[in-house]
Amino acid sequence: MEHLVQYLYIISAGLFILSLKWMNHPDSSRHGVFAGEIGMLIAIIATFIGFPGPITAGVQAVGIGFVHNWTWIIAALVIGTAVGIPIAYIMPMTAVPQRTALSHACGALAAALVGTAEFYQRQPNNAAELRGFIIVALVIETLLGYLTFTGSLMAMGKLQEVLPQRPITYRNQNAVNFLLFAIALGLAVWLAIDPTQTQLFPIFAGLSLLFGVLLIIPIGGADMPTVIAILNSYAGLSACAMGFALGSRLLVVAGALDGSSGLILSIIMCKAMNRSFTNVLFGAFGQVQMSTAKAEQRSYRSASAEEAASILESASSVIIIPGYGLAVAQAQHKIRELFDSLTKRGIDVKFGIHPVAGRMPGHMNVLLAEADIPYDKLVEMDEINGDFPQCDVALVIGANDVTNPKARTDKTSPIYGMPILDVDKARTVMVIKRSMNPGFAGIDNDLYYLDKTLMLFGDAKAFVSELVKELPARVAA
Amino acid sequence: MTSDLELFLFVFMLATFIGLEVIRKVSPLLHTPLMSLTNAISAISVVGAIIITGNEHATELSKILGFIAITAVVTNIVSGFLITDRMVKMFKKRGEVKK
Repeated sequence: MEHLVQYLYIISAGLFILSLKWMNHPDSSRHGVFAGEIGMLIAIIATFIGFPGPITAGVQAVGIGFVHNWTWIIAALVIGTAVGIPIAYIMPMTAVPQRTALSHACGALAAALVGTAEFYQRQPNNAAELRGFIIVALVIETLLGYLTFTGSLMAMGKLQEVLPQRPITYRNQNAVNFLLFAIALGLAVWLAIDPTQTQLFPIFAGLSLLFGVLLIIPIGGADMPTVIAILNSYAGLSACAMGFALGSRLLVVAGALDGSSGLILSIIMCKAMNRSFTNVLFGAFGQVQMSTAKAEQRSYRSASAEEAASILESASSVIIIPGYGLAVAQAQHKIRELFDSLTKRGIDVKFGIHPVAGRMPGHMNVLLAEADIPYDKLVEMDEINGDFPQCDVALVIGANDVTNPKARTDKTSPIYGMPILDVDKARTVMVIKRSMNPGFAGIDNDLYYLDKTLMLFGDAKAFVSELVKELPARVAA
Repeated sequence: MTSDLELFLFVFMLATFIGLEVIRKVSPLLHTPLMSLTNAISAISVVGAIIITGNEHATELSKILGFIAITAVVTNIVSGFLITDRMVKMFKKRGEVKK
């Protein structure tokens, strides 16, 4: 039986790897999800039939008969399923970043609670049992679990706009955070050396929880893609540490996969913003001093929907640059109508997607795919940048910093060096924006003052639907 | 004991490298579904939560913590896989899109 269970775990780990591998292309991605589901099912079944029982004469007995407290387990399985299904189907696609943050919080909480339970359960029985790498793994699991739990809840609050999206900063913030983390780490080491000091554990857990909060509050909304990816990585690593503590290789594998996925995504996000991890976590991007930028009035040109529609109509290629404003205005379906309307006229329409557009990696792609825009029209930054000089109209909808030419030229700008979409190289630029107020990071965008730029003032959704209305009317005339 | 640790570190190292190589090839189009998929997969910690809760000697504390843990990860498993499927279904090529 023990062998069967181990083989089941091996199959399950293999399915998880396949599952991620199949995510490399939209055509195979549904197989990926299916493989993951089967892997998970096998793992859960294997856990029940190979439940560890007492060890007699050095041999570990296993079997489903050793499972106790069925009521608790089944009740939890039922409640979890009952909560999970409505979340999956009711949630709008614009809320995906919040849901992702929430699920990081849930996963991390579970790891932390299991670590806590494990600590208290093992320790009183036998102090000698909690030693060596098991206790080290346990404290890492709990530390990462608790800080990811509160950190993800904070991120979710910011994404849901329950909490202010701007960075919350105070004096000596980094020093306070560092001190707190050092104390938590010190307690962790103390516990690892002497696990019988149970009274330290609640303090350790409390500090980890607090550190999670403090780590995220100074981080602004525009940095959320990186932060979510980092939290993703931490949640995976805490599951991985649980694997070390419980002696489950499957947990180690699955946790490591999740951890490396979060790591890669956060590296991609950091590169796309030309910033380092430490800068994202401790830099408090978009701080107050930048909003005191020069208040000089610069001239710009604006246009009505009718004028904009006529320019779009005479174009032969259009690139649309979506940003977070699209998600806020829920304009994706209207953009699809615009896309159809232009495509019918034989105009080539593509979308230029910056890696950090939106609030999580790939956010824009999901929204546009939801609106049935074919995915081969969604083009990454590096591929589309060569197309801008030949493009008649670049239409910016709800994006700001990722189009700011200052990132190339102005060394004093906080976004200097960040790779941007070369929107300013298009023949005509149109920007749909509510007003001339600078964007989230408070950085003035030079793009808006170019001679070839037309500002289209209004709500993204309302303006795009006006554009759509203007287009057919002109064909009829 | 030590040999256990070495074995686990070995598994960890290999799994991390496989993860890095596999994820690197994932299309940026699918980064959001990828994240919710890896999230569902890391909810494999349900295994640990079940073992803690179902233990014959589980204390009241373990049962309560384990119960919350199972509920939280099962929510992740169910909503994670379903939502990933809902997302990847939306990615269509030209021609597949119904007018």
